[in-house]
Amino acid sequence: MGMQITLTVNGQSVTREAEPNQLLVHFIRDTLRMTGTHVGCDTAQCGACTVHVDGRAVKSCSLLAVQAAGRSVTTIEGLAPAEGELHPMQAAFRACHGLQCGFCTPGMVMSAVDLVQHHGCHNEQQVREALEGNLCRCTGYHNIVKAVQQGAAAMKA
Amino acid sequence: MNARSGFIGQKVERREDARFLTGRGQYTDDIVLPGQTHAYFMRSPYAHARITALDTTAAARAPGVVGILTGEHFKAVGGLPCGWLINSLDGQPMKEPKHPVLAGFPGGKVRYVGDRVALVVAETLDQAKAAAELIQVDYEELPPVVDALTAPQAGAAVHEEAPDNRVYQWGIGDQAGTAAAIAGAAHVTTLSFRNNRLIPNAMEPRAANASYDVHADSYTLYVSNQNPHVERLLMCAFVLGIPEHKMRVVAPDVGGGFGSKIFLYGEETAIVFASKLLKRPIKWTCERSEAFLSDAHGRDHATTVSLGLDKDGKFVGLQVHTTANLGAYLSTFSSSVPTILYATLLAGQYATPKIWCAVDAMFTNTAPVDAYRGAGRPEATYVVERIVETAARELGIDPAELRRRNFIRSFPYATPVGLTYDTGDYEATMARALELADVAGFEARRAASAAKGRKRGLGYSAYIEACGIAPSSVAGALGARAGLFEAGEVRVHPTGKVTIFTGSHSHGQGHETTFAQVVADKLGIPMDDISIEHGDTGKVLFGMGTYGSRSLAVGGTAIVKAVDKVVAKGKKIAAHLLEAADTDIVFEGGEFKVAGTDKKLPFAQVALTAYVPHNFPHDKLEPGLNENAFYDPSNFTYPAGTYVCEVEVDPATGKVTIERMTACDDFGNVINPMIVEGQVHGGLAQGIGQALLEHGVYDGETGQLLTGSYMDYAMPRADDLPSFTVETAKGTPCTHNPLGVKGCGEAGAIGSPPAVINAICHALGVKDVPMPATPYTVWKAAQSAAR
Repeated sequence: MGMQITLTVNGQSVTREAEPNQLLVHFIRDTLRMTGTHVGCDTAQCGACTVHVDGRAVKSCSLLAVQAAGRSVTTIEGLAPAEGELHPMQAAFRACHGLQCGFCTPGMVMSAVDLVQHHGCHNEQQVREALEGNLCRCTGYHNIVKAVQQGAAAMKA
Repeated sequence: MNARSGFIGQKVERREDARFLTGRGQYTDDIVLPGQTHAYFMRSPYAHARITALDTTAAARAPGVVGILTGEHFKAVGGLPCGWLINSLDGQPMKEPKHPVLAGFPGGKVRYVGDRVALVVAETLDQAKAAAELIQVDYEELPPVVDALTAPQAGAAVHEEAPDNRVYQWGIGDQAGTAAAIAGAAHVTTLSFRNNRLIPNAMEPRAANASYDVHADSYTLYVSNQNPHVERLLMCAFVLGIPEHKMRVVAPDVGGGFGSKIFLYGEETAIVFASKLLKRPIKWTCERSEAFLSDAHGRDHATTVSLGLDKDGKFVGLQVHTTANLGAYLSTFSSSVPTILYATLLAGQYATPKIWCAVDAMFTNTAPVDAYRGAGRPEATYVVERIVETAARELGIDPAELRRRNFIRSFPYATPVGLTYDTGDYEATMARALELADVAGFEARRAASAAKGRKRGLGYSAYIEACGIAPSSVAGALGARAGLFEAGEVRVHPTGKVTIFTGSHSHGQGHETTFAQVVADKLGIPMDDISIEHGDTGKVLFGMGTYGSRSLAVGGTAIVKAVDKVVAKGKKIAAHLLEAADTDIVFEGGEFKVAGTDKKLPFAQVALTAYVPHNFPHDKLEPGLNENAFYDPSNFTYPAGTYVCEVEVDPATGKVTIERMTACDDFGNVINPMIVEGQVHGGLAQGIGQALLEHGVYDGETGQLLTGSYMDYAMPRADDLPSFTVETAKGTPCTHNPLGVKGCGEAGAIGSPPAVINAICHALGVKDVPMPATPYTVWKAAQSAAR
């Protein structure tokens, strides 16, 4: 019943079978076994599954895997420039203690990178509004907001 | 991180972060075992019903089904136990009907929406869900009991053995003395309010993956849990009868807990049992809507409180009555939350001479209620800090001044409700909080708001909590059916590198960093030479786990005690090698030295000698350098502080904006201030969430959960919250643990709700606003104040 789809994931072309009702997040987690992308809810509210599709942040629970065919997907595993290095936004999260349990973190970082790349990142209020779709239960967002601002500055540098 | 000392007190970036930031964390759902099957629980759609028939025949034939379990499979097993016995005032033990692992059998009862009926195991999750649709269950609906306050008169019983739905009727303090004090008081302030039901919502839903090794006759359970040894003990010894040495419980990376992952749940119990029956590994991952229904909820108190004051504003008596909703069954520690963890904190920071608290705990047809961040102490702080602030406003005394007049000022201090505070300086944290919050500038800001048609208010909260739970002897005397110590092991390798095993569990707290900071300082070796292992009963000797802000105070101390043993043995080895007396050896800066000489040996050389014992005092010592310690504290720790909240209210819409949230805490000594501040931030967000947004609501008629998703349950989002001003006071070190630490994990959630509500009441000039203070609630209060 499945269909073959080919897409680019973290710069590499992959061809796999996908059920027509399979969500992109389950394709990433279960078929590709890349488990950095998390599932935190079932109503597209929490943002833990945020990835980039063709360079834009998308909640991968709100897209079917087959809709990603022919497109380029970047997950948290593919964000850093090289093994052992951190993307400036990842580094800022660490420096600012913008994560605790780590579960929302991949989605939060992917949203933050999109924010900087496509919307600019100007003041605290804008960062808070832009992260409205990513829930965190540990940090109270205080250090996440600081991290995003610091990461934004580093990305522009 | 190659320095060898000076880590304690430093902001050290977390060692766990790299894996989380790059998607390399390993949470329970990330684990796939060979031959993996998937579990789905069929749950009750009714709050209260009797099952009259149950047929799994069609479901069992569905594609991919490996097995279906119902309550019939667990009839011999019994149910889930409660870990804390509370006796009623009349001496009768609490009612504690056990929660069946699965309720699905003819004649069985379901007692809340989401109660487990049957378990379907299939090759894929979709197949399990599809098969569950084919299970036929006939329910005879029964009238549900939803509200705890009216539960005794509900005309229906959740459990036959508790016809008035009462779990226990408990009290602490001096009932007659308090009544007399209040009767003779110059002023009495009384309030009645609810402490709203909360749903914990760790971002990682609960998950478990159980497997059975037929050849070894042993089980492995991966589970998202805060205390794997306790999970194993409860499941093995009290439910399934599995010998403990035949069960390994691993809690890998855990995505937040906040209390909800302390408890033994039926889901993991069922799949462990089924893994042997079906001889396949079984994974269950809770979906969020399932989590809303089935995770243990928090809070849900209804309280009336009266505070008596003399003519000088000194508190003379505090009288409290609380009705606590414990839900349909007693979850693992539920009975202790509205009693031992609540009423014992009602002295707050004040020298109130007479206190009485009575608690009626009720069964209702709602999800079980248990510990959630703070567990009883937020409820107590809300009672004390709301009534104190309300009294101050009624008397026209500055709320900070009224608190000052009543602060406890000499320590140790034995409260009238069973605790002995070892140390504190409440004046210092209050003074600093007022300064940080620029209370002096409030009136000018209030005038500026008024000019815009807005109302600005200031609210205080001077909280205290009892952390580092607990002395086992005290807990045992109070009904705990477990010890509350912690265990630690220091394994020094031949090269001088060190692996620490701790019974504490990190699910966001950063133990891999903080504990390494402590050990690096104590041993004078680089942090990079130390790794921290936790969360695996196959590796760690024992553990009581992480809750009640106890990890550093109790778990950290166990590690320090084991380190002390390593150093003591190292001194004996060094004395032998250096041909000196044991008593002449000192250990400092990572070196064993003969006092007063230049003779010394580095730690690593002593370690090597312990494992290559060619020249070794075999007559006095065993080879090796590996020590463990169990630490049972002699008292709770007592973190305290003052929080100040400043709000602006738009009276036209009822919208509350938190303009400033200031926290000054005394946590005793601090190992990593960055992590401590982060803990406070998170607690503040949960406390503000309780005050303004969050509410677990059941329909009063049907017992259906109305707030069953993130579209109905208002989780705090980034744009709901301000940045916080958080400062940790130099503080008063805990007097009874060697690190002088008190614990910081819950303070934010404990101290903030009353500060927020006090500020809103101040802004509107009203006596009370219920939590959560949603715009509609606040608008109504503003309207009533304007009349």
